[in-house]
Amino acid sequence: IRTMEGPLENRGNTEAANFKALLMKDSTKSKRNLYDHLTQLLTKVMDEHTNNVVDVIEEISHDVKRDLFNGIQSSLRDLPQFTAAELLTEQQRTLFYQPDDIIQEDKMVETVLPNVNEIGFYLEQAEVGLGREEMQRIFLALKNLVDSEQLPRCRLWGKIFGIESNYIVAEAEYREGEEDQESIEENLVEEERKPESLEDEAEINPLPQSIYKSHLDVPKEAIGTGANKFAYYVCKEPGLPWIKLPTVSPAQITIARQIRKFFTGKLNSSVESYPPFPGNEANYLRAQIARISAGTHVSPNGFYQAGDEEGDEEDDIPHDSCEVNPNFEDVQASLMVESLSSWVHHVQHILQQGRCTWVNIAVKPADDSNEEIEGDEKEEYLDEVEPEIGPSLLTPLSQDAGQNLHNSKKKKKKAYGWVLKIGEAFQNICQVFRKN
Amino acid sequence: MDSNSLCYSLDFVASSGRVLTGEQRAALQTSLLILKKNYKFHRVMLWGKILGIKQDYFIAQGRGEDELKDQKYLYSLNCMDWLLLPTVTESMIEEVSKAAKGLFIGDPSFVYEQKIQSQGEGEEAVDGNELVRVSEEKRLAVTVHHIDEDVSVVPRGAFIRSPLGLVHINRSFDGLSESEARKLDSFLHFRAVKKGNKKSIEETGEWSPAIDFLDVLSDDTPKGSWSLQFECASRVCVLRSLLWLGLTFYHVPMTPQHGYIYIGNGLKNLDLPFML
Repeated sequence: IRTMEGPLENRGNTEAANFKALLMKDSTKSKRNLYDHLTQLLTKVMDEHTNNVVDVIEEISHDVKRDLFNGIQSSLRDLPQFTAAELLTEQQRTLFYQPDDIIQEDKMVETVLPNVNEIGFYLEQAEVGLGREEMQRIFLALKNLVDSEQLPRCRLWGKIFGIESNYIVAEAEYREGEEDQESIEENLVEEERKPESLEDEAEINPLPQSIYKSHLDVPKEAIGTGANKFAYYVCKEPGLPWIKLPTVSPAQITIARQIRKFFTGKLNSSVESYPPFPGNEANYLRAQIARISAGTHVSPNGFYQAGDEEGDEEDDIPHDSCEVNPNFEDVQASLMVESLSSWVHHVQHILQQGRCTWVNIAVKPADDSNEEIEGDEKEEYLDEVEPEIGPSLLTPLSQDAGQNLHNSKKKKKKAYGWVLKIGEAFQNICQVFRKN
Repeated sequence: MDSNSLCYSLDFVASSGRVLTGEQRAALQTSLLILKKNYKFHRVMLWGKILGIKQDYFIAQGRGEDELKDQKYLYSLNCMDWLLLPTVTESMIEEVSKAAKGLFIGDPSFVYEQKIQSQGEGEEAVDGNELVRVSEEKRLAVTVHHIDEDVSVVPRGAFIRSPLGLVHINRSFDGLSESEARKLDSFLHFRAVKKGNKKSIEETGEWSPAIDFLDVLSDDTPKGSWSLQFECASRVCVLRSLLWLGLTFYHVPMTPQHGYIYIGNGLKNLDLPFML
């Protein structure tokens, strides 16, 4: 505060001194005063030389007040808090180490995994991908999976998004001789239950039996065939342990066709829907994976050829598997893009029933029902015995256009199932698909 | 997302499954700068991509003085030539909602036609057929407008409203902390306030009118229409909208980096309440 000369000086001085005292008066709530605060504020502005400081002066004032509090708590030592990020990176570190006991073999070992970097590049050209670092981590996690489970073959199937966390899905072939452990367990449980129920019935007076015959469950397909041809493993983030998904049953597939639900990210959460879904989120995930694979896995015409051609051309049963055609020649890229008929499905189509091969579930009615009803029921069953035939294994995509897609309400307009494009990469021309 | 930060921001949203090829990135960086110079925008953002059957549209947004109100949209089919989208009016919204259905075709001059039966009221009982025609360009403009209205996101504190009503970037925004970034409360809709904030005085005690002038995300109905996750080894906080599938917002905590991008087919997810 400048001192002024002259007779007014004294009065000016007292006024200034009074005002300064006012400024220095401590606030009753916080032990600060305006004078100190303004000093600190202006010092901060001097130090930082912020642009347009008059516009943000209130924010700076808040910051100065907030900074005080940090000083008070500095006497406590900070406990090192592990954030979730640090925990995850610890687990991901293991991805990057190779186990010591693997001896470097001299001969070239056939790699079980496809070259993920190469695939990542081509997918990027198709504008689909997960970023290079993420793909690299996924590749290392897949290598871990193959080593730990000794899988004959494995590939990255994709990523499914959930609300709380996502799933990274890997598709693998079953080991030879592996049996479906779940179905064995289920059979055991059923056998145990039967003797118990018989005992109960004998004791209680027989109540009128209901005539309603509950819908018989279509049996699951054996592992290695049809919808259960591959095993699927999921993990939340690369580095976390892989979890094997259960095999899928036809009932789950039929209901999954009728509902639309988001995934939460927890495998054991229930799926509440109408019609009620038999199973939890792990089953729903597996059913969706089966449907997606059956509907969208394609390859160029001629890449695979039907295996086991034993001359049964009249057989309605679709081929079970196909082999890589050794005579496959590269087809020109421009030709392939023009028509959908140069691409074919190489995974079996899932029938309405929920399986890939049809099963006749007509069973003789139970012995203790009335004779009249027996006659009626037999007639009904006979009517239904028509095997379902789906499109055979290597049908071209051009026949897809006629099928009813899941959510389409289009009757007159064409159902655009597939979109074809050529990537504009300079040397590599790749076909781009998008299943709408 | 801002055109200046394109090179690294695209990596943050790559975990949503959609990336741009190297060529597209390079082309975008050049052409967006040219756009900024020609139209004299303060900032140019890559708004996103709408996928069509034959071709995809790249959409860019230019911002002027007032970040909230001075917004112009442009679209391009090849990342180099940009065309201005018409500004959206009420009548345009009505036309589009009547006529345009299904996926985008990919041809801006494609015309959607729809016959609408309108019956006269009372004694007239005359069935008149009204033919509504809408070009895909208008449909694009209206869709982009709706998406921004519904799901554009910014972190709390990133934008400041001056006492005159002008909204601009907060230069002293340091980013949300890790714990703040886990709460949906710290994210705001970047649009004219719809609901207003009718919270009690206790909750609004900490707010400051310069920062909290936008709607909070956690007030969205239905609850749970946002998915908040930490990606990229938990460094980046990613928000995904479940109402418009394909909108991804990213923010790196403790840094001022944030942005959002929409890559999708431009269809609103009307099944949302059933899917939750």
